[in-house]
Parts: sequence; structure tokens; C-alpha cells
Amino acid sequence: MSTRIPVLKTYKLYIGGQFPRTESGRAMALEGRGGRHVANLCRASRKDLRNAVVAARKAQSGWASKSAYLRGQILYRAAEMLEGRAAQFAEELRLQGDSAASARREADAATELLVHYAGWTDKYAQVFGSVNPVASPHFNFSVPEPTGVIGVLAPGAPGLLGIVAAVAPLVAGGNACVALASATHPLSAVTFAEVLNDSDLPGGVVNILTGLRGEILPPMATHKDIDGIAAYGTSAAEQTLIGENAALNVKRVALHPADALDGDPYRILEFQEIKTTWHPVAVG
Amino acid sequence: MARTTPKLPKSPTIDAVGLAERVARFKTRSIKMASKVSALRLALSMIDLTTLEGKDTPGKVRQLCRKAVCPDPADPSLPHVAAVCVYPTLVRVAKEALSGTEVRVASVATAFPSGQAEPGVRLDEIRYAVAEGADEIDMVISRGKFLCGEYAAVFDEIAACKEACGEAHLKVILETGELHTYDNVRHASDLAMEAGADFIKTSTGKVSPAATPEVTLVMLQAIQDFHARTGKMVGMKPAGGIRDAKTAVTFLVMVRETLGPAWLTPEWFRFGASTLTNDILMQLAKQRTGHYQSPLDFTND
Repeated sequence: MSTRIPVLKTYKLYIGGQFPRTESGRAMALEGRGGRHVANLCRASRKDLRNAVVAARKAQSGWASKSAYLRGQILYRAAEMLEGRAAQFAEELRLQGDSAASARREADAATELLVHYAGWTDKYAQVFGSVNPVASPHFNFSVPEPTGVIGVLAPGAPGLLGIVAAVAPLVAGGNACVALASATHPLSAVTFAEVLNDSDLPGGVVNILTGLRGEILPPMATHKDIDGIAAYGTSAAEQTLIGENAALNVKRVALHPADALDGDPYRILEFQEIKTTWHPVAVG
Repeated sequence: MARTTPKLPKSPTIDAVGLAERVARFKTRSIKMASKVSALRLALSMIDLTTLEGKDTPGKVRQLCRKAVCPDPADPSLPHVAAVCVYPTLVRVAKEALSGTEVRVASVATAFPSGQAEPGVRLDEIRYAVAEGADEIDMVISRGKFLCGEYAAVFDEIAACKEACGEAHLKVILETGELHTYDNVRHASDLAMEAGADFIKTSTGKVSPAATPEVTLVMLQAIQDFHARTGKMVGMKPAGGIRDAKTAVTFLVMVRETLGPAWLTPEWFRFGASTLTNDILMQLAKQRTGHYQSPLDFTND
């Protein structure tokens, strides 16, 4: 009879459809309830952020040009994979300090939210787009188009629902994103990355980093190839930092409270540009 | 006209495993901020800004020439690139656009990129490019003949091209991706230098793999041995596949540690590249402003 020596998992980053360690080689220990060492994590550096943005930029146009229906199918498949791993998610949330019942509830809510946004992919353009009356012989219409590469700051808690609610509306709308996971509940974010990786989501559309907000936010806010920032649960100082630096390349900024995770369809619209077309028509 | 190929010293064989190991070590050098900035500026000044496409127009070449003179209008302190490299028919356009500057005009010739043309036609192309004003000629060797073992024919061809160049510098493209072995690369390098090449160049950029660090190191070692034997310096130009600033700096490290600082000037070392330029400009802008840059803020050609 042998007793296995427990080996703690080292959670990696998710960049460009791969799970690399941080280029800086730094690791962090994650402590669960009562200060128990439950897992090891990568502490991402600004160079990881840079690599993730390159991957996101490369993937974004391909993702946006997939049909809305296909994007929905891929997100729906991600939801199925998430549901299949519900027990693992619940166990991880419990390790990070949640009660068993709330962990299970959160895993279910995350699945539902993902199904919800999967359904929106081929509907939001009809709801947010319009045909506009104009006083000339033109057919004039407006359609939403994705903003591009979005930086995401996930809320501190809840760990799983937070990252899903922050990322899903962006991706449903054809954006690519680079998300910094919660500092206190990062395990669920990395396991969510494993779910996405098993779901035909092209590599680079979602990139997930784990690390310290204080280190990643400044280069994210100043990065000139990031087109927008969606931040959940930010301090006044963080909001000032984002606001000042977003002006550098006129990033779109959306600031939300940490608990605003209700599946609002307007979260899709936040990172859409409205394109209006004037199409000449024969007057008959 | 029959030429007499001199008896050449036998080229050494290359230990591929040792080569890979040595190259891997060059990639581990840690280069700190100030050195990195000066390395990037040096790399920029060594670039042969290249456009070799069927769709090249005089307008595109003129635009490229303006970029060659002033790579980033946001930072006029940056050096100009070494040369602009175009097809022979566009040499005159480039020459006019660059008049009064120190940027040189290089032209590919000799039925680039395949080299599959009648020898007289190939030499005429060189004479045409030189007459149009090219300061440097990038020729391709006949890889077919080389692989058949007709080394004397390849030697004669390079020597004839050198003669046709007159005052212009001759860069000899070995197209290492088609030579298959490091031994062949070394042998072709030795042939080219003995035949009078001013520069040896890895690739046309049309064949992959192109300028790998391994192949470049083999050629640098050939230059080193040639210099030790004859006292003559020969330049090196890796071309094709060097897309980012970090790789370019690795190449500079390799040159510095193999040939020494004398070769670290645009006169003796060049990068044949188009996308590399923007990555260097982005890295320099990052060091200057502290912000990661967007490729959309830099011109495409």
C-alpha cells in the first residue's frame, strides 16, 4: 500500500491558445482557507501582457469574420465543456475559500451566463443595428462592429462567474481580449481557459493572465495596441490611472462594480463601433 | 572565355550539433536597456530596406526611399538605413529619390530569384542595373550547378559577375535554403569569397528556411577564416525570416563574438528585411515613451 505524496498543481498562463509559464519565471503561492498552500500560480509580467496582446491582435480579425452563428456555436460548446467540469470548478472554488453550496451555485450560474451570451451572438446586430430614415435617395443603415483588442480586469470575487461575465460579452461581439484574473480566485480563471481551449475557440481570442493588478494594469492602460478596457471592481486610484492613460490612444473604457455580472446585453454594445453605410438607391 | 579556377583550400566540414549548441548560447546573452537601445539603432542603420514584388510601382519605391532616409518621423534622431534594395527597373526611381542622401541603392540582378537564365542575359542585367545607378548588386548563384558539383562553373559565374559590376559592390546570394547541408553552405561561402564577393548573403527571401542563425554562423566562420588567410574583409548579409528586433540583436551578438567589432558597421554587416524595420521602430518608441506601441502607428512601406 502506497501513500501518494501530494503534488500541488502549477497553473499556467493562457496566451495564443497555449499554456506557457510566465517569461519572467516568477511564481506565486496561492493560499486557501486558513492560510493553507493550495496551488502555485504564474505571476505574469508586462512582457507576458505584450505577448498576449500580439496574440490577441493576430486572432481578432479572424474571429470577427466568422459567422455570428458559428461564434454562438463555439461559445455554446464552451458552456457544455464548462458544465462537464462543474465538479472541478466547484472543488477549486472551495479550495479558494468558498463554501461547497455557493461554489456549486456559482459553477451553474457561469454555465448559464455563457449559454446566454452564446445566444446573443446572432441577435445583437439586429437589436443594436438600425435602418435610418434619411432625406436623400439612400438606403442608410447602421451595424455594430467589434472594437478590437480589449483589456479586461476581472473582479476579485466571484472567481469563475466574474471572469465569464467579463469575457463572454466581448467575445460574443467578435472582440479578442487579454484578461487579468482575480488575484484572490485565480484558479477558476485558468481552468476556464482550459475549457475555452477545448471548445474550438481560435487560440488568441481569449488570453488569460494571473498576477498582480499593480503590475499589469499600468502597461495595460498605456498599451497603444489595446483598443478598450473593461474593468470590474476598481479603486478610485485605478480608475484615474485607466482614465488618464486611455486617452493616449483613445481607448474605450467601461468601469463596472465587481458584482455587476447579470448578463446585461448592453455589455456587448460597450465594445462595438457603429458603422453607418449610405447605399445609393434608384428613385423609382 | 575560359577562366582558370585557382586551387582552393578545402572547406572544413561543419559539426551541426556543435553549431546548434553554440547558436543556442548566443540567444542567452542578457542585454540591458542602454545597450539594447544602441544595438537597435545600429541594427536600424544596417538594414537594406527591401521591396521585391511583382506589384512594385515607382510610387511604392519612392515611399520606401523616404522611409529609408527618415525611418520614424516621430524621432528624427534615428539613423537612416543602409540601403534600399529593388529590382533593376526601379533603380533609377530609387536613385533619384535618394539623391543627396547617404542611403545607397542596391539592386538584385542575374535573373533573381531563380538564377535560371542564360549567362549572358544575367551579366547584361548587372550591367543594366549598374548603368541605371545601382551602388550594390545582389546576385544569385546557380544552385542547380552547385548541387551538380560544377563548382568551377559557379566560381567562374561569380567572378564574371564581379567583373560586370565594375565599381559597384557585389553581394553573392547563396540561397542556403536550397543548399540543404551546412557543408554546402560553407563550401559555397568559400567559393564566393575566393571569386571576389564583397558580401555573402544567405537568401533571396523567396525560399524558406532563409536566414537561420545556424546558417549565418557558418557563413560568419567562413568569413573569419578567409580573413585570417588573406587579410581581406568580406561583409555578411542575412536576409529573410528576421522579423523581430530581438532576433536582430541576437545576430549582432553573433557577429560581435565571431568576427569582432570591426564588422559591426553598415559597411560590413547588413540585414535584408522589410518587416524587421517596423519592429525595431516600435521597440525604440517603447524605450523612448515607456508605452507598448501599436503596429498601426507605423507605415507599411
